[in-house]
Amino acid sequence: MTHYRFHILCCGGTGCKASNSAGIVRKFEAVLKEKNINDVQVITTGCFGFCEKGPIVKILPDNTFYVQVKEEDVENIVNEHIIKGRKVERLLYTDPKANAHIADSKHMGFYKKQMRVALRNCGFINPEDIREYIARDGYAALGKVLTEMTPEAAIEEMKKSGLRGRGGAGFPTGKKWELARTLVPNAEQKYVICNADEGDPGAFMDRSILEGDPHSIIEAMAICGYCIGATKGLVYIRAEYPLAIRRLQIAIDQAREYGLLGKDIMGTGFEFDIELRYGAGAFVCGEETALIHSMEGQRGEPTIKPPFPAVKGYNGMPSNVNNVETFANVPVIYLKGADWFSKIGTEKSKGTKVFALAGKINNVGLIEVPMGTTLREIIYEIGGGIKGGKKFKAVQTGGPSGGCLTEKHLDTPVDYESLAAAKSIMGSGGMIVMDEDNCMVSIAKFYLDFTVDESCGKCTPCRVGNKRMNEILDKIIKGNGTMEDLDTLKNLANVIKDTALCGLGQTAPNPVISTLDNFYDEYLAHVKDKKCPAGQCKDLLSYVINPEKCIGCTACARKCPVNAITGVVKQPQTIDQEKCIKCGTCIDTCKFGAISKQ
Amino acid sequence: MAVKSLADLKKMSSEFKNTVSLRENGDNVDSLIQIKVAMATCGIASGAKEVMDFYLEELDKQGIKAVVTQTGCMGYCYAEPTIEVKLPGKDPIVFGHVNVEKASEILEKYIKNGELVEGIIPVNYETVK
Repeated sequence: MTHYRFHILCCGGTGCKASNSAGIVRKFEAVLKEKNINDVQVITTGCFGFCEKGPIVKILPDNTFYVQVKEEDVENIVNEHIIKGRKVERLLYTDPKANAHIADSKHMGFYKKQMRVALRNCGFINPEDIREYIARDGYAALGKVLTEMTPEAAIEEMKKSGLRGRGGAGFPTGKKWELARTLVPNAEQKYVICNADEGDPGAFMDRSILEGDPHSIIEAMAICGYCIGATKGLVYIRAEYPLAIRRLQIAIDQAREYGLLGKDIMGTGFEFDIELRYGAGAFVCGEETALIHSMEGQRGEPTIKPPFPAVKGYNGMPSNVNNVETFANVPVIYLKGADWFSKIGTEKSKGTKVFALAGKINNVGLIEVPMGTTLREIIYEIGGGIKGGKKFKAVQTGGPSGGCLTEKHLDTPVDYESLAAAKSIMGSGGMIVMDEDNCMVSIAKFYLDFTVDESCGKCTPCRVGNKRMNEILDKIIKGNGTMEDLDTLKNLANVIKDTALCGLGQTAPNPVISTLDNFYDEYLAHVKDKKCPAGQCKDLLSYVINPEKCIGCTACARKCPVNAITGVVKQPQTIDQEKCIKCGTCIDTCKFGAISKQ
Repeated sequence: MAVKSLADLKKMSSEFKNTVSLRENGDNVDSLIQIKVAMATCGIASGAKEVMDFYLEELDKQGIKAVVTQTGCMGYCYAEPTIEVKLPGKDPIVFGHVNVEKASEILEKYIKNGELVEGIIPVNYETVK
């Protein structure tokens, strides 16, 4: 057999694919062939997480980490690195603090604090090749559970591990499995359902796991099936994730071919198979009852619990719904043991959590940290701090159901309880960082726009209440808000929270509540002074020309799309506030810094 | 290629191991034996490629976990091919005039038993980390 000297790993996640990683792979293969080098293997992997600087190419065994690689660079990498053993300096990641090239991914701040459990195979194996997964002890956990453990013992082990639902609510996974096993003992059929309906704006944890390590989900679902007594698994995945769907389907086909799905798995008599169900991308379908209705072909609307899915789920049969990331943790727990897993994290939140870092942060990407890591460590050490050296203002966790945390919360450890105590939530793992230029009233409105759009309309508090809140926020942003509006906003938020039917409605007011709590000053500034402190709300701004700085070059007047700027040449110009549409073109045009926002 | 039992799976797993072992070794390089073969023009011209291939095959055959990488010219062009061997927890040692025969001696004596062999080039510079 061939001994490979080098493995060239190219990221094939959606982010890097969008910036032509597939072209890079083809080019590597072509160049290597042309130069007659046959002891180097090129592998397409899942997401490395460092999406900010994609496409990523990693060369092993020396762990060289090349960023923002282009097709033109490939020949250079082969000539220098592969043939001559010299690293291509210009493509190495530059540490912003030390301003030096870092060759080895182990020394990058981005990876140092991370601990990869759910993402263990992402960016490491070829997700389209079951052999690589098997070589990494894939399906060994399933083998161990099937041959050495009773379902009860396996559930006990899961309970001991302390794993909690990674979809956001944090319900103990072992407990959930136990309920699905015991509540209806003689069910004709039971179902294992994987919730891959990831919907938070800016979140892509589940997608990356499905794209980078689909077999871990298949294996975990089979284990769950054995534990609860189900022979059928369903993955509810949104049609907007075509690459994840394709890789998952390839993985399912390969698993069937290897006899790891189907009848009599590993000669134990256990039977399990998985099918995909596509969602149309409605946020509410992430709620488990709505998800089940959508899979049945009904409208994607939630129903009151109880009955819980563990009693009456898909097609009226007992069903167990877990999130993708929850499943991704399962095989490792059985391989390394519940004790190993429960040593990671905090007292009540065990293991790690994957976050999608986004917003005004230097290292946008996908990260995984042990529970209990502080927000400060995530934002400043892994995330590399705020873009452009600006001031940190807030971090939003939990998406449209979560809240904004401020400077004073930066040392909060990330775990279910601490985030709840700070009035936000863990959520599924979206983490959006904001700087001084973000207006918090607008942020609240952004999230509310989302939930108003996504509300299914079944219950009144959510359908009407959120719409009213949205209108009040709009009024405030336009400078027409009153003090009474702020009180109404608060009342409405609390009523909706208490009365809405499902999780979507109950948590929709959270962004408003948390911004009211933490940034009341900003609301007051909008309402009382008719000013937006962040300078983001157009209606509260005016652009003015400083007559002392203006030399009358009229460059701005010529660029102004609505001809709002007038004046005599070589004399200070003026802006007609009635005509001005606040597009900001004049500020960008002026070379003398004479125009400012007020 | 069906997996009919857990034993089947385990067998398959060890068969496939070498597809990813290079990557796994790269992940915990510090705890493994590292062999760097100088593969600049001078090294290649004097036969470094055969030495590298020898190590890749032999270590695999003997089941010794090690990371074999290539590096650029180490500056000892008079003594090519040169290799640098770093055993875990020890300082790296550079050997000169390494042909396949010498490579085998280094493997048997130094790498396996820690015995020093002839041909060590004293390190005369420090590397900036």
